[in-house]
Amino acid sequence: MLFLLLVLGMDIQLEVFDTPNDDGSSITLKWQTAGHFQSFEIYRRAANSNDFEKIAEVAGSDREYQDLDLNSGVFYYYQIAGKKDTLKILSQPAGPVRAVVQYFHTARLPMAVCIVFLFSVIIFYIRRARKRQKLFIRKISALNAIEEAIGRATEMGKPVLYVPGIMDIDDPQTIASMSILARVAEKTAEYGTPLYVPTSRSMAMTMAQQVVKEAATRVGRPDWYNPDNIRYITDDQFAYVSAVDGIMVREKPATNLYLGTFYAESLILAETGHSTGAVQIAGTAMPDQLPFFVAACDYTLLGEELYAASAYLSQEPVQLGSLKGQDFGKFIFIVVIIIGVISQLLDWQFFINLFNTVE
Amino acid sequence: MKVILPLLIVFVCGFYMLITFFIPAKFAQSSAQMLQLWYQGVAAFFVFIGIFNLIKINVDRIQRRLKDWEYSIILLSFLGIMLGAGFIGGRDSRLFLYLFENFQVPLGATMFSLLAFFVASASFRAFRAKTPEATLLLIAAVLVMIGRIPLGYLLWHKFPDLVEWIMRVPNTAAKRGILFGIDLGLLSMALRVLLGIERSYMGGGEK
Repeated sequence: MLFLLLVLGMDIQLEVFDTPNDDGSSITLKWQTAGHFQSFEIYRRAANSNDFEKIAEVAGSDREYQDLDLNSGVFYYYQIAGKKDTLKILSQPAGPVRAVVQYFHTARLPMAVCIVFLFSVIIFYIRRARKRQKLFIRKISALNAIEEAIGRATEMGKPVLYVPGIMDIDDPQTIASMSILARVAEKTAEYGTPLYVPTSRSMAMTMAQQVVKEAATRVGRPDWYNPDNIRYITDDQFAYVSAVDGIMVREKPATNLYLGTFYAESLILAETGHSTGAVQIAGTAMPDQLPFFVAACDYTLLGEELYAASAYLSQEPVQLGSLKGQDFGKFIFIVVIIIGVISQLLDWQFFINLFNTVE
Repeated sequence: MKVILPLLIVFVCGFYMLITFFIPAKFAQSSAQMLQLWYQGVAAFFVFIGIFNLIKINVDRIQRRLKDWEYSIILLSFLGIMLGAGFIGGRDSRLFLYLFENFQVPLGATMFSLLAFFVASASFRAFRAKTPEATLLLIAAVLVMIGRIPLGYLLWHKFPDLVEWIMRVPNTAAKRGILFGIDLGLLSMALRVLLGIERSYMGGGEK
């Protein structure tokens, strides 16, 4: 009798189902038991087979297992066995179940909604801008300072140093940086000021050369363009930093612009630049590096301002429209956050769950 | 065509990658992975362009005896030695590892260690109580610094908890605010690039 009670207490309830939001190659097993086991053995059999085959053994604390690399559409049965010393308790077979291909990741639905909403808002404002409606864009002092800083370098007869970060062109910050470089190159070419662009990636170098060359041609100064000033240094983070520091110390540029992705090298660059007396403008979307730039540079573009920079500098109505759309999206996000705080306080689970599912 | 073709490639590849993010099915994931592999293939090819540029500029510097041309000799010599060591014995050879561990690693570590001194000098300038905001920053920084060392615990045993709260609540809240802005900016930028509104990265800033 005692043995029977023990066995009943150690009963294992197994549940099997198709893993949600996968490529149709896995089945999830979940089980519950009041008993304590040292490990669980997992068995599987295909619908057209009679024998269960052991496929895995997991720890006694585990309550979930994902059976991967299955054939989509084939029906399977599962059974698990809890092991404790010499005792082995088998669950009832569960199934049939089959792995099904999913064509939409439902857990990413809120993210899809956000993207579609934001894209719609941006397109709406771009259309408005195309109709020549005046759009108010707040002043970004760091961007206004770029022209002044280039002017200062021109007056002093010194070069401008432009550092586009240490990542490659697949990084959106590098793309944003190249857009700003185009504007900077236009100004420096117009004034005839030398522009140095040391890059950490060879692909970024080729892109930067093209950007600067086109910018010089646009302002009617193709002779100003010198491809040797836009050079590849090295992919190695600190070797790159030492080379850029070397340029700062030897050439003493009057203006240093750090715009792109930066990691630990941000402060080494900015402090060296500060010691040479250069005007420094930085911008990055790396939140951990922003305090360093704020501390060591004269102006800093905070996060999103880096992405807004090219639109802001160009003052093209269509680009400004996209910027306005971005600001409207931010306003909506603030409203959502406030509702979120209220929901949390009042325990409105529906609203909270909408965001819990975002992966 | 010179402009339209690259824009078309950006549009198709960009939107395809965006869509595949929402499709778990194998065909979508494997094709997205293939596109990324192609990018890596192109990136690998660009290593040669980088090295060629490095050699060209430094040889030119030596030939024309430009300022500090002697450093270019050192750079090219070490480039040649490392390349030679890599080609002869491979990346796991004793010579290559010796050069890497005894030259490159210590030099990198030296640059990184400069950070400690630069943090001190930048903090000294940043933590001047000129404005109410700067004063607040100064107070928070002092509290965090004291709370992170054993002295803080000795002064008041709740100091580490206070620091933890500063880092977890006001600091994280500010950081998240910035992150929201960054993500929105990123989406806006991505749309501009995909739609061809933003094309200065291709060299041509005008339509």
